[in-house]
Amino acid sequence: MLAYMVRRLIYAVPILIGVNLITFALFFMVNTPDDMARAQLEAKQTTPEMIQAWKQSHGYDKPLFVNNESSGLDTVTETLFVQESLKLFMLDFGQADNGRQISEDIQERMWPSLAIALPTFLIGLVTNIALALLIVLFRGSVLDTATMIVAVAIMSISGLFYIIAGQVLFSKMLHWVPISGYESGWEMWRFLILPVAIGVFAGLGAGVRWYRSIFLEEINKDYIRTARAKGLSEIRLLFGHLLQNGLLPILTGVVVIIPTLFMGSLIMESFFGIPGLGSYTIDAINAQDFGIVKAMVFLGALLYIIGLILTDLSYAFFDPRVRFDQ
Amino acid sequence: MLSRPGRLQTFSVKGVFWLLLALTLLTLTGCSEDGVWNRPYSDEQARTNTLFSNFATPPKHLDPVRSYSANEWAIISQVYEPPLQYHYFKRPYTLEPLTLTQMPQQRFLDAQGREREATSEDVAMTEYHFHLRDDIRYHPHAAFARDAQGRFLYHALSEQQLDRIKRPADLPESGTRRLKAQDYTLAIKRMAITANHSPILGTMRELIVGLADYSDRVSKKPLTIKQLRESSVKGVEVHSDTHFSIRIHGRYPQFLYWLSMNFFAPIPWEALAFYRQPGLVKKNLSLDTYPVGTGAYQLLDNNPNRQMRLVRNPHYQHGTYPTEGLPDEADPDLLADGGKPLPLIDEVVYLLEKESVPLWNKFLQGYYDASGVSSDSFDQAISVSSQGDLSLTSEMQQKGIQFLSAVEPTVFYLGFNMDDPVVGGYDKTARKLRQAISIAVDMEEYISIFLNGRGVAAQGPIPPGIYGYERNRDHFNDVIYQWSDHGPVRRPLDEARQLLAEAGYPDGKTPEGEPLTLYYDTPATGPDAKSQLNWYRKQLAKLGIELVIRATDYNRFQEKVRGAKVQLFSWGWNADYPDPENFLFLLSGDQAVINSNGSGVNASNYDRPQFNQWFQQVKRMPNGPERQALIRKMVKLVQEDAPWVWGLHPKSVSLFHDWYRNVWANPMANNTLKYHRLEAAKRVEKQQAWNQPVVWPLWVLALLIMASVYPLVSAYRRRQRQTLVGNTAQNAVQNRAADESKAAPSTSSRKSGEGPSC
Repeated sequence: MLAYMVRRLIYAVPILIGVNLITFALFFMVNTPDDMARAQLEAKQTTPEMIQAWKQSHGYDKPLFVNNESSGLDTVTETLFVQESLKLFMLDFGQADNGRQISEDIQERMWPSLAIALPTFLIGLVTNIALALLIVLFRGSVLDTATMIVAVAIMSISGLFYIIAGQVLFSKMLHWVPISGYESGWEMWRFLILPVAIGVFAGLGAGVRWYRSIFLEEINKDYIRTARAKGLSEIRLLFGHLLQNGLLPILTGVVVIIPTLFMGSLIMESFFGIPGLGSYTIDAINAQDFGIVKAMVFLGALLYIIGLILTDLSYAFFDPRVRFDQ
Repeated sequence: MLSRPGRLQTFSVKGVFWLLLALTLLTLTGCSEDGVWNRPYSDEQARTNTLFSNFATPPKHLDPVRSYSANEWAIISQVYEPPLQYHYFKRPYTLEPLTLTQMPQQRFLDAQGREREATSEDVAMTEYHFHLRDDIRYHPHAAFARDAQGRFLYHALSEQQLDRIKRPADLPESGTRRLKAQDYTLAIKRMAITANHSPILGTMRELIVGLADYSDRVSKKPLTIKQLRESSVKGVEVHSDTHFSIRIHGRYPQFLYWLSMNFFAPIPWEALAFYRQPGLVKKNLSLDTYPVGTGAYQLLDNNPNRQMRLVRNPHYQHGTYPTEGLPDEADPDLLADGGKPLPLIDEVVYLLEKESVPLWNKFLQGYYDASGVSSDSFDQAISVSSQGDLSLTSEMQQKGIQFLSAVEPTVFYLGFNMDDPVVGGYDKTARKLRQAISIAVDMEEYISIFLNGRGVAAQGPIPPGIYGYERNRDHFNDVIYQWSDHGPVRRPLDEARQLLAEAGYPDGKTPEGEPLTLYYDTPATGPDAKSQLNWYRKQLAKLGIELVIRATDYNRFQEKVRGAKVQLFSWGWNADYPDPENFLFLLSGDQAVINSNGSGVNASNYDRPQFNQWFQQVKRMPNGPERQALIRKMVKLVQEDAPWVWGLHPKSVSLFHDWYRNVWANPMANNTLKYHRLEAAKRVEKQQAWNQPVVWPLWVLALLIMASVYPLVSAYRRRQRQTLVGNTAQNAVQNRAADESKAAPSTSSRKSGEGPSC
């Protein structure tokens, strides 16, 4: 398994270089360093000297991919792409264009993002699975049909509607929770209860339908029939046999998400005033802050790759038939 | 694969009940003492003399050498004190000393530095002398902290000390010192260093004697703080700890306005030495995040990702509430606090609020003391009369909400590129084409449709409230308007059509009989902009002109404007200072983008020698009848030439609760927080009354859940019993199905979606 992990990590390097290359190309296709300088300087009258000074102090005076003024290996290494990419691989994200340390900001914003994403994910997972099992228990009944109709309805409505409706109902009309905001420490829960509840509810439709289909596929298999033939109750059948064997396809979709929970949710964080990472990238794109954009894209790609590796490892953990060293 | 059966979990109505009860209790225990659950801050904070405000975009730079955005100045103007400030009430906008004992004294000098009369033709320089008050001290800061031997405690922080702090105030000791003239000159020297990216360096290099040479010298390699302190700018001189002077080229009365801006705020060298430590830079602690000033407040917490907190400067004792200058039409209660020491509020908390919906609802709940009005909430808050007057709706009035509206010193316009072969040029035909379009584009309609009446149609480049603005029977834009009993009324469309025909485009057709096609460049590309762009198209269609929209991203749009590759475009300008020069220079020839390699502000490339000559005169004149007459001539000239469709001056609308006092609109002043006052007890009372939780739905919800659990459990038990009864028959069927499946393995024993054997 160790060899497998090492191999996967080595494969990740060209993927990350590719992601980085595409990020550089796309960003600079839309924003030239001069545009970035103008946006950052925020002066009403920007002179060429001011632009040049800004580019020099931020390292954007170097060519993007090929340095024709250098010779030998320096033609490639003395470029913005190589210099910045090397730092990224060392996990040195550098400074944002406003002078703030990106690593410091990411560390600070990561926790509020997790505070909202992790409970939403865990409660959502448990709720979706529990409801899916309940529906499978009563499959073919009126409850099954009604739940599927409701699930499709939940899926069809925009998440933004749930957020605004939730804020209006629970904060504005019923006055139960603050409409938005954030506090660290124990006070945090007052601010998280509504976004988490909305997050869980908004994910119910898709989640329940997906898990239901997984469980329905399992419930007709021979081992279930055998267990039933032995006289097991339906509940024991569902929780003791069906759930454990249905975990494998669930893991495929779930484990890969776990590392990306750090990245936060843009809309949820914006509307609830959660100071997380969700809006960090979007704000940076709007501000033409390439330092943050490249760091967040790189981090996103890295976390996704980690998620995929974790998924593979979880297969081996939950299914003894899967072995990487064979 | 068959796995081991897990522990059996059965439904329990009791369990669900206790769970719900526990959740309810948990909710109740988290509530405040006064029974309010949804307050976004603590009860204690609500009861204190703390103002709650918000920010949508975190400020990028708080270093006064660099900062230029409104959201940045909203913070640093409370902390820093340049030499001058605008009087809170007086109109027209009036400068007054802030840290000075009197207004700066001027001396006029010839090229050899000899003093001359103000009116002398030989005047080559103006020298301003500043005399500082001697009772002004910086707010407490770790940069000033010294030990018993007088050595600085924190100018060389250890790793351990760094590990323990998240902000400068976390360091146990702090200090202060008196404001000195050297602090002001240090700020000017910092401005000259190109690596500090001061947005006004280009302007000041031309203005302050010796600054260009100094800038070139000090920008080559980084200076130590000692070198920076010891270096000097030729035109900037320190005479004593309380007296310094600045010498500028020529006569430029507007220079005093620059001295009310934060670029000229004092910088203590101790702060530079303190923040230069790499360990602090790594922690995002710098002059860009934690300013050090002499103003009424200090920035104690700055988390741009969450909240910022200004706290009263305990050493501030040189400001008092104004006792005069209130316009006659204003509420006289605004002078009730006259003479009281400032600031009147102890603390200001800015909370991150990115979306307008929660912001507006929190304001209505009483959790924010003031709010703007977004287009989403406009109809709920403001009613517009048939005359276009704004007032509060009855819902707002019942809540005791107050309302303040003011025309901003801003102009938005639709520009013609005067370098364009079709719409540009100064001959009669091109001028008539522009005048016809100017009549057709109905800005009053635009203001009504897209701004809910929050704006005033422009008559020329100068906004209301700025010296030189006129709108009366004798002085209005008679090219576009005609005077009526209700003021200027847009000329009829027939006159526009007549002008268009005289321009060589009868019914909007070219001499070849084709429809005249014009191109409008805009960075507005979102769905919201579509209706506005369609509106522009319709305005020109009234004359038979076809308008082609060329929407692009902001960078490309700017590039096109800088390269004069546009025909029509929208642009705007917000006043730096309340002087007509700051607007008339938008049409000055030397500022035309084609004459300045793209760095000028005259995007329409208007370049009339007569106008340019008058502008040079107006620029140097003090306000008075002579200047007014010249401004009138300049405005008349551009009204005739019509290089812009004179757009609009927006109106700001702000709402505030009745416990928030002394609020007055002063768009030029940014340091006005110190004048505001709060009645915290009244605020808490209203918050309690407006936010009592509605509890009954919790119990209904609990009952509903319990009621739904019982039938499910019953149904399940019934099914289990049925399974036992029907098992024998079912087994027989299944055995037969299994035999059949041996012959045809692809047929499944049961389709998915069917229930358990019942």
